[in-house]
Amino acid sequence: MTDRFMLNRRQLLKTSAAGAALGLVSASFPISRAFAAATTVGFIYVGPKDDYGYNQAHAEGAASLKGIEGISVVEEENVPETVDVQKTMESMINLDGASLIFPTSFGYFDPHMLAMCAKFPDVQFRHCGGMWSKDKHPMNAGSYFGYIGMGQYLNGVVAGHTSKSKKLGFVAAKPIPQVLLNINSFLLGARSVDPTITCQVIFTGEWSLAVKEAEATNALVDQGADVITCHVDSPKVVVETAAGRGAFVCGYHANQSPLAPEKYLTGAEWNWAKVYKMFVDDLIAGTPLPNFTRGGLADGFVKMSPLGPAVGEAARKQFDATLAEMMKGGFSVIKGPLKSNKGAVVATEGQAFAETAIELESMDYLVEGVVGSTA
Amino acid sequence: MDATGIGLWGVPLAILGGAIRVSTPFIFVSLGEAITERSGRINLGLEGTLVFGAMTAYAVAVMTGSPWLGLLAAAAAGLCFGLFHGWICKFPKVNDIAIGIALMLFGSGLAFFFGKPFIKPKAPNLPAIPFGAWSDIPQVQAALDVNVLFLIGAALSLVLWWAFRNTRAGLIVRVVGDSSDAARAMGFNPKTVRLVATGVGGALAGIGGAYLSLYYPGSWTERISSGQGLMAVALVIFARWNPLGCFAAALLFGGAGALGPALQSVGVTQGYYLFYAAPYILTLIIMIATSSPTRSLAGAPGELSITK
Repeated sequence: MTDRFMLNRRQLLKTSAAGAALGLVSASFPISRAFAAATTVGFIYVGPKDDYGYNQAHAEGAASLKGIEGISVVEEENVPETVDVQKTMESMINLDGASLIFPTSFGYFDPHMLAMCAKFPDVQFRHCGGMWSKDKHPMNAGSYFGYIGMGQYLNGVVAGHTSKSKKLGFVAAKPIPQVLLNINSFLLGARSVDPTITCQVIFTGEWSLAVKEAEATNALVDQGADVITCHVDSPKVVVETAAGRGAFVCGYHANQSPLAPEKYLTGAEWNWAKVYKMFVDDLIAGTPLPNFTRGGLADGFVKMSPLGPAVGEAARKQFDATLAEMMKGGFSVIKGPLKSNKGAVVATEGQAFAETAIELESMDYLVEGVVGSTA
Repeated sequence: MDATGIGLWGVPLAILGGAIRVSTPFIFVSLGEAITERSGRINLGLEGTLVFGAMTAYAVAVMTGSPWLGLLAAAAAGLCFGLFHGWICKFPKVNDIAIGIALMLFGSGLAFFFGKPFIKPKAPNLPAIPFGAWSDIPQVQAALDVNVLFLIGAALSLVLWWAFRNTRAGLIVRVVGDSSDAARAMGFNPKTVRLVATGVGGALAGIGGAYLSLYYPGSWTERISSGQGLMAVALVIFARWNPLGCFAAALLFGGAGALGPALQSVGVTQGYYLFYAAPYILTLIIMIATSSPTRSLAGAPGELSITK
């Protein structure tokens, strides 16, 4: 039943002008569509693809595929993490002939993408985030992610040098492992400069809530935080609000320096173009796609924004040195002795978790020095 | 207390600042809806009008470089949406709530469509008046940076409160809202009055949208509103259709919205989801406490489709 509805809606979109209005109403209309090429790759975004953030990073990756011979890209933005995404996937497969789909948002995986994996065993699905595991999930599914915590550590290094109040601020969406790792990495980066630095975190509870993010940023600045970073879908509001209050900012997801050229220190950015090219190269070559894909700075999955004008000489030196260390591989952000902010030991003396450590993907604590709570 | 933070004083200050910063869209949308509902019609489409107003204001401000022109354009766009709603509802047997929901989706969708090219450029902001200049504490200065629209909204709620009681226009709107028959007997055309009232309501909602995109948070994104237009419509009932009540309710919601982040910033970090729900819990409590099974809500216009 839903199939037929979906088909009707898509056909309507293609053939009638009225369909344009309908598509607007549903707020989930396809952006581009091409049929001729042999292989179609689908991208699904949870928000607008020019949000200066998460979705823009993915859309830039998708855009990099568009010149490749024999590959056509279909995209759909503003797709909620509900049964809507299943309809979008079905329609990409049935109507556009997609053979590889990238549902890029965290909440798409379970149950939506898994349901489609079972329904279309010939189609490959790769989900952004860390959730695929060999024992539990089908082989036409997979996950890819980048060790962007390293980037937040580098943000922290620069923030630690720049902060005068020794208080940093972090606007976070939800207390999931990837967000917690970013918060912890940011603080530990700053503590590598000065071990007295603290970081105040505020959770907004949602990936995108413009007014609450602005309120959170104001509250952090009111409490004396003078370098702010964030992990929300679109850092635009946080960056602009913080800079407006005179605080420095470190970016996330994409390069936000055009929003606050004077106050932007650096930022941890995704480089999905690299990852998507890898998958598509495998697809063209006919080799099986990997199910578990991870990479960091050294693999080119993650990159740093160019350092801003406010970054001092000492910060620049330590940033370059730390980055060089990370590029060698084996760098550990979480290393003992380290306690959580509730006093529990998370790493004992001599214990170190490299970026590849799978334990980090189930992180449920904030380290000592972070003011905040996971629940 | 350290030199740069202001400790626990941050909480009341954040609530005050938040009340001023966050409340303005609520004020304008709820005042607009109060006018519309006082004339006997409900326009649920104001959420869409708010989003479209935000987009229009931002787009015009980007293209002309003047936030004031953006504000005007947002009001004009809101007026069009309001008049459209009012015009459709003039036809017999049309359900104003259903049309409102349709216009809510239509307004948002249209705003997303036209707003695409304006997500990236930066628009000039509406000016704020630094009422905090007397203080040398930067936090106080920031909290008391009051946007002109907030002041206009405050003045407007007073004027409307007075006008509903003391002016010919106000009394006409009220009689139309309370009894179409009485209005007709007095020689007024209820449909025309409601058309104008819905149009004015839409224009005010458009101005509320302009505040979102041109002042706080001050940028155009598709998620800018996150349901504030709908909340504002509910606030009107909460405020018993009284413009001064709308103003107070908007302040309450703005302040309560700032509570969650402010408490986290001073280290009260447990249960923040509960703090975020605070304004809604408060609304529920007040609604339950003041409702009665034996009469309709005090102050409700008699012609409203929900109270009839």
